[in-house]
Amino acid sequence: MSTSENDDDTRPEREEPAAPDAPDATDAPNERPTLGALLRPRLNGGQLLVGLLCLVVGFAVATQVESGRGDAKFATARQDELVGVLDDLAQRSDRLRQDLANLQSTKAQLERDTKGDTALQEARDRAWTYGVLAGTVPVAGPGIELTIVDPQGRVDAGVLLDTLQELRDAGAEVIQVNEVRLIVSSHFTDAGGAVRLDGRALRAPYRFRVIGDPDTLATALDIPGGVTETLRGLGATGVATKYPKLTVSAVREAPGPGPTGSAGGGG
Amino acid sequence: MIAVIGLLAGVVIGFALQPDVPLWLQPYLPIAIVASLDAMFGGLRARLEGVFDEKVFVVSFVSNTIVAALIVFVGDRLGVGSQLTTGVVVVLGIRIFTNLAAIRRRLFRA
Repeated sequence: MSTSENDDDTRPEREEPAAPDAPDATDAPNERPTLGALLRPRLNGGQLLVGLLCLVVGFAVATQVESGRGDAKFATARQDELVGVLDDLAQRSDRLRQDLANLQSTKAQLERDTKGDTALQEARDRAWTYGVLAGTVPVAGPGIELTIVDPQGRVDAGVLLDTLQELRDAGAEVIQVNEVRLIVSSHFTDAGGAVRLDGRALRAPYRFRVIGDPDTLATALDIPGGVTETLRGLGATGVATKYPKLTVSAVREAPGPGPTGSAGGGG
Repeated sequence: MIAVIGLLAGVVIGFALQPDVPLWLQPYLPIAIVASLDAMFGGLRARLEGVFDEKVFVVSFVSNTIVAALIVFVGDRLGVGSQLTTGVVVVLGIRIFTNLAAIRRRLFRA
C-alpha cells in the first residue's frame, strides 16, 4: 500500500494532493474524485484480486450472452412454459403427421398412376400388334424369302392365293409380295394376263418376304402336293431362302377414321 | 484500472473462447452475474466515497454471488424458483440503481 501511495504522489495528473484513496472516510465528502484518480493503477494483491474477480464477471457475462444467443429460451424457461412449448410442438407434430399421411396417399395414387403407365405400355404393345396385322408398321424378324420365277406366265392369282394361304397356315405373321404389304383384306385378281394385288400390278418374279418360323415355312412349302410341286407343274420354280433376320419394310397407310366396313373384304 | 482491464479481458476471453455453460450451472449463472454486477457497482461506489476496501469487496462479491445462486437453488427445490429468481433480481436491481445513483452524485454532483 505504501508503494502505491508513493506512486500516487508522483503522478502529474493528480489534482488534489490529499490522497483520497486511503480507507479513511472522513475527508471523502470534501473532495471530488475524478476519473483520472479512479483509473490510477495501484498494484497490490488486493487490487489484483479485484481485477481477477472483474475478469471472472466479464467472462461470465460474455459466456452467458453467448449461450443466450442459442437456446436460452429453454434454459431459463420454467416448467409450465416448457409444457406449453411441448404442447405446441405436439400440435405441430400432429399437423405434420397429417401432412405426411396426405402426401403418402398422394404417393400411392401416383403409384397407381404408374400402374396406369403399365396399362399404357400394354396398350402400346397392342397397338403395335394391330399395326403389324394392319400393315402400318415395318417388321423385322426371322423368316424366309420365297422367289417364284414364272418364265411361262402361267402363275395366276389362284396359285398365288394358294401360296399365300399355305404360308399363313404355316404360321406366317407378316407377308410382303414384291413391294406390297399383305393385310387381312388383301386380294389377288387376274387382269388381262397380269396379276394384281390390291389393285397394284405384280410382275414376275414374285418375291414373298415372310416373317415366321423359317423351318416351318420352308417345310410347308415343300410338302407333297404343296406350293413348290404345284409351281413345278406350271413350269415355274419356287425357291425359299431362310433368313435369321428379315425385314418387311412395306407399309400400308392406316385407314382414316371413316367408315370401317371397307376393310372387311376377303384376302 | 486493473479492475477495468480485468473486466475487458474477461469479456474478450469469454467471446473468444465461447465456452458452453455446464448444465448444472445454467439456472444460476445469470443470477450470479447480476449479483456480481451489484457487488462491482457497490465497490465502485465505495471507491468513490473513499471507503473502498479490497477485503470487503472480495468477500461481498463472493458471498453475494454464492448467496444469490443458493437462493435460486433453494427456490427451485421448493418449487418457487421463478418467483425467487424474480425477487432476487428485483432486489439486486434496486441495489444497483441505488449504487449508480450514489456514483452519479459523486461523479457529477447531480
